[in-house]
Amino acid sequence: MPEARCPGGELGAFIILSLVTLIPAVVVVTSGNIVRSALSLIPTFLGVTGLYILLHAEFVAGIQILIYAGAITVLILFVIMLTQGGSGVRIRQINEQVPLGAMAAVWLGFLILLVVFRTPWQIDATSVPQYNVSSVGTAFLTDYMLIFEVTSLVLLVSLIGAIIIARREE
Amino acid sequence: MTARDWLEEIGKAILLTVVVFTYLAVVTAMLGVYLERKISGWIQARLGPKHVGPQGLLQTIADTVKLLQKEHITPRQADVLIFNAAPVLVAVAGLLDWVVIPFGRLGDRVLIVRDLNIGVLYFAAMASLTVVGILAGGWSSNNKYALLGGLRSASQMLSYEIPLAMGILWVAMVAGTLSTVGIVQAQSINRWFLFQAFPFGFLAALIFLAAATAEVNRVPFDLPEAESELVAGYFAEYTGMRFALFQLGEYAEAFAMAAMATIMFLGGWLEPSLPAWLWLGLAFVAVVVVVLLIASPHMDAVDVPPPAPGSTTESVLESAPAGGPAQSPDYRIPHYDCTLMVAIARSSKPDARGPMPGG
Amino acid sequence: MQVGLTHYLVVSTLLFSIGLYGVLTRRNAVAILMGIELMLNAVNINLVAFNRYIAPGAVGGQTFALVIITLAACEAAVGLALVMAAYRSLETIHVDEINVMKW
Repeated sequence: MPEARCPGGELGAFIILSLVTLIPAVVVVTSGNIVRSALSLIPTFLGVTGLYILLHAEFVAGIQILIYAGAITVLILFVIMLTQGGSGVRIRQINEQVPLGAMAAVWLGFLILLVVFRTPWQIDATSVPQYNVSSVGTAFLTDYMLIFEVTSLVLLVSLIGAIIIARREE
Repeated sequence: MTARDWLEEIGKAILLTVVVFTYLAVVTAMLGVYLERKISGWIQARLGPKHVGPQGLLQTIADTVKLLQKEHITPRQADVLIFNAAPVLVAVAGLLDWVVIPFGRLGDRVLIVRDLNIGVLYFAAMASLTVVGILAGGWSSNNKYALLGGLRSASQMLSYEIPLAMGILWVAMVAGTLSTVGIVQAQSINRWFLFQAFPFGFLAALIFLAAATAEVNRVPFDLPEAESELVAGYFAEYTGMRFALFQLGEYAEAFAMAAMATIMFLGGWLEPSLPAWLWLGLAFVAVVVVVLLIASPHMDAVDVPPPAPGSTTESVLESAPAGGPAQSPDYRIPHYDCTLMVAIARSSKPDARGPMPGG
Repeated sequence: MQVGLTHYLVVSTLLFSIGLYGVLTRRNAVAILMGIELMLNAVNINLVAFNRYIAPGAVGGQTFALVIITLAACEAAVGLALVMAAYRSLETIHVDEINVMKW
């Protein structure tokens, strides 16, 4: 695939995807209806997926949809519906820390942005190899072998843990 | 790429969408539904659709026209936004499955919308997106049956996604690629993956088929839509075209699963003695028949085990909100639903809102 | 204007702040989990963007993003199991009402 591309097109796609990510994210944290905020996670995750595709990380994008949009969101929705707070327009969703939380979030964001703009990033302009699924796999089984194994162990432990915690006591 | 190329790309995308959508609507939804009704009629020793058009071939079109004319009814206190968005999500996810399905070969070109290098992964991801639409539709209807159907469906689809991925992973490992075109081409060098590594190919195909059947909520995995218990499950409150969108999404996904099984285990369009498209069609129809029809309305639904002794079924039945399935005395609620009904019953306490949008 | 590393970093910063706000201000334990998921996603964008722009030849960033996605799934499973357990014994999932350990 030739690298020649319309920069305006990429920028447009980036802006659209950012908005698709950020606007529902705001809904997630502010909506008074918990089911709506859980469902707003879907466009957020799909927007992030689009950003991954713009960054040529197709495999991560596929896993993102499969795990986040397809599994985690459904799990969250499921727990919401099994517990009392199915909807709850009348239940207060926010605590009394709103000003404090907003301040903390804004300050942290400001701080990170400051760091981002002050750091001279060393951009490497070479293009990415097109087919990177197999290279990710190779990396997992060579350079990052230990991480891979430990992650699988964590998966197993959390599986057992989740079952034991959620099991009804007989 | 210049702006003109972008426009061209967008135009091509729209054109391909129209082509694929027409194909789906005509071939799968129309002929598929017709076939399903005809064959299950034949199994049940009746005639099936017969009067509209030659041999009842136009019956599905008549049904569609009927559905298009129906009024859109939104239940009172339903969450309107989610209620309207859910069928669209299901239909779009079902249609997006078809992006990576190769239909055959024309000269040197493979007939595929886009040969993604994460093809089968993309397919699994899109198949998993449907769940959200179903759950959202079930919740936003403000109807207990719909909510129960949605929750059943979500738990079932979530659980069977893993065996589905296992079947896909086996093929991806043998083929050494995730691209659907690559998988078909790998089978032109070797044998069909169904017969490869003898018992394992069969095993993977069986697992995939079973999981795919569960994933699209067909009998015997039709608990989510159990018509006799839950009215129709998550789309009980939907009317007209929104109902049709749910059906379309479901059929699109069912047929995409069949197409995927053909591509992964039956060599896709490759068969030397027949024209490519004919072979693909034949294999495809065979799998569709297996998925949709052999496991047809005659088999018993897979049931959830009966409640364990000492569980709270009886008290749940009493405390369940009026009008629930508990009203019919000979009705046996699976243990699984009891948990949900406890949740629903508890949530109807005065100080807390129910799981329903309207309380 | 070319899309560069900074663009992605800004988006991920915003997403992280939004997630943090959600974690700090929500009462519902599930909503707090959703905020955490947003923050994890922000981190993943960062990792993949660094991978793309600073070391395009390697796949280290994508690898770590995949590990984080896996761990996010674990965290969601265990966290939601905890929520269910808490709801079963305390009948609430609002964190400010779960105070049996508080003096």
